[in-house]
Amino acid sequence: MTAMTMPARPEEDNAGLRPVPWRRMVWVTWRQHRFALGGVGVLLGGLALYLWLTGLQMHHAYAAVAACHPASSYACQNQTINFDATYGQTAQTVGTLLMAVPILIGAFAGAPVLARELETGTFRYAWTLGVGRQRWTLAKLVPLAVTVTVATGLFSLLFSWYQQPFFTDGSSIPLEPSLFGLRGVAYAAWTLAGFAIGALAGLLIRRVVPAIAATLAVSTGLVFATGLYLRQHYMTPLLGRNLSNPPASAWVISGWWSKGGTVISQSVMNQIMNTLFGQIMTATVPKNVKSDDIKFYKGPANTQVLNYLLHHGYTHWTSYQPGSRFWPFQWIEGGWLLALSVLLIAATVWLVHRRAA
Amino acid sequence: MNVVEASGLGRRYGSTWALRECTLAIPAGHVTALIGPNGAGKSTLLNLAVGLSVPSAGEVTVLGGKLPGSAAALDGIAFVAQDTPLYKTLSVADMLHLTRNLTRRFDQAYAQARLSDLDIPLKRKAGKLSGGQQAQLALTLALARRPGLLVLDEPVAMLDPIARHDFMATVLAAASADGVSVLLSSHVLTELERVASYLVLLSRGQVRLAGQVDDLLAVHGQASLEELALNYLRNHPTEVAK
Repeated sequence: MTAMTMPARPEEDNAGLRPVPWRRMVWVTWRQHRFALGGVGVLLGGLALYLWLTGLQMHHAYAAVAACHPASSYACQNQTINFDATYGQTAQTVGTLLMAVPILIGAFAGAPVLARELETGTFRYAWTLGVGRQRWTLAKLVPLAVTVTVATGLFSLLFSWYQQPFFTDGSSIPLEPSLFGLRGVAYAAWTLAGFAIGALAGLLIRRVVPAIAATLAVSTGLVFATGLYLRQHYMTPLLGRNLSNPPASAWVISGWWSKGGTVISQSVMNQIMNTLFGQIMTATVPKNVKSDDIKFYKGPANTQVLNYLLHHGYTHWTSYQPGSRFWPFQWIEGGWLLALSVLLIAATVWLVHRRAA
Repeated sequence: MNVVEASGLGRRYGSTWALRECTLAIPAGHVTALIGPNGAGKSTLLNLAVGLSVPSAGEVTVLGGKLPGSAAALDGIAFVAQDTPLYKTLSVADMLHLTRNLTRRFDQAYAQARLSDLDIPLKRKAGKLSGGQQAQLALTLALARRPGLLVLDEPVAMLDPIARHDFMATVLAAASADGVSVLLSSHVLTELERVASYLVLLSRGQVRLAGQVDDLLAVHGQASLEELALNYLRNHPTEVAK
């Protein structure tokens, strides 16, 4: 009976017990979450079918544009413009809608995993079975996370193919915020992060619907914060001087004027330019011109304003990220989202271990 | 061997102690009734014993010195929580399969035979079973794990008298035939009369009485467990929360 008075050590208690095999636990995960995974499959499958069918039609139309020779001729330029006008708007709308998919999958597949167990009380059953709650949590979260990540990764390959004509003809910029997250590794990484946020929110909030709502809010906020503030700092932006720079494929972050080494504020610059514009218009527009025709003088006047400024000691600066940085940016974004997801899932497992019912 | 042993055990939620200064040793081989008014700390003590909760003070071990929540403790204890939570959308057969896949030991043949005796169809969803059938399913799943200790939190509170009787009969049969130690909490005293051989009385988060039922009845000169508990709670009004 001396053993009973000794302090209990969990590692001794566990000695000689083989853990429950992962394969069996994964069956449980599949059995309990197959409808969620089925929902993800139907959503992505339906969207993939749409991209495939409209993409084929669009690629067919683009083949004719690309075959046009010589490419610099007026007729060929016109064909390109027509192509962009016919398909560009739809493609842009599709892209915007698809940006919601990782967030939706994260919230609807990730948040209920733990929240439902906690809401219905079934965690008291699952967590007192031989498998142990940490392994149980891992066996739930890891296979689900891998599945939704791989599925959306494959889907974004299809989207890259769909979107290809607009990159070839130069009307889309690779780093453009509305497209960057849909291609490369970013789409899958955002889905993974959304799922991990959902899992943790489900554990903390303990109710399905509020956890889904919170996940939608947090993931959306993170997507926008990344696109608006964070992504432009992944690598030091390049500085473009005067308007011939930067290249057309660049993602322009900001522009400003300086004179004699001093930056001029936007409001001061607007005043100067408005005054110049007014003076040039007064000097160039004939008195008897019809009011409808005034607009034809505005373009040349603007060019004159810029020329005047550039010849009078003003310099226009542009801060931009070149299109060649697309893949480095993809790996940076995919990398930190993967790290964040691993961290969130590890935190979830740790909190499940710590959590006192 | 003691199936549950606690010394100075306490559990606090915020600034309120749900359980405090709890010291007891429940020997193996008994059906132990954990009784007390609502809010006495019964569920808190059970949650600590099965490892769902961690002590704020003191310590608790199970099955002869094992730490609650350790693999060996999880293996040896089957827990049926209050309101018998089951996965309502799973069929009975899937509940069996799930439990078997999440435990090291599961007696499938026993479980199927018992469910067949009870006329519980394997294909029916757990959520479509009657309250009595759900309780019986939870009990079957627990016993099929061949535990050393069966812990039941208010198992009969929601059941009608016949279902209650059937449920208790199964518990008692398992205890006597298979030598399973049982620890069950209840505020329904009449049901415990025939089954309990060991008693722990809790009120306001503290252990008031603990011991073998026969000994306690003899010492306090009471004829039944119900009288013993009620008289004790009436005679110590300052200690008892209403």
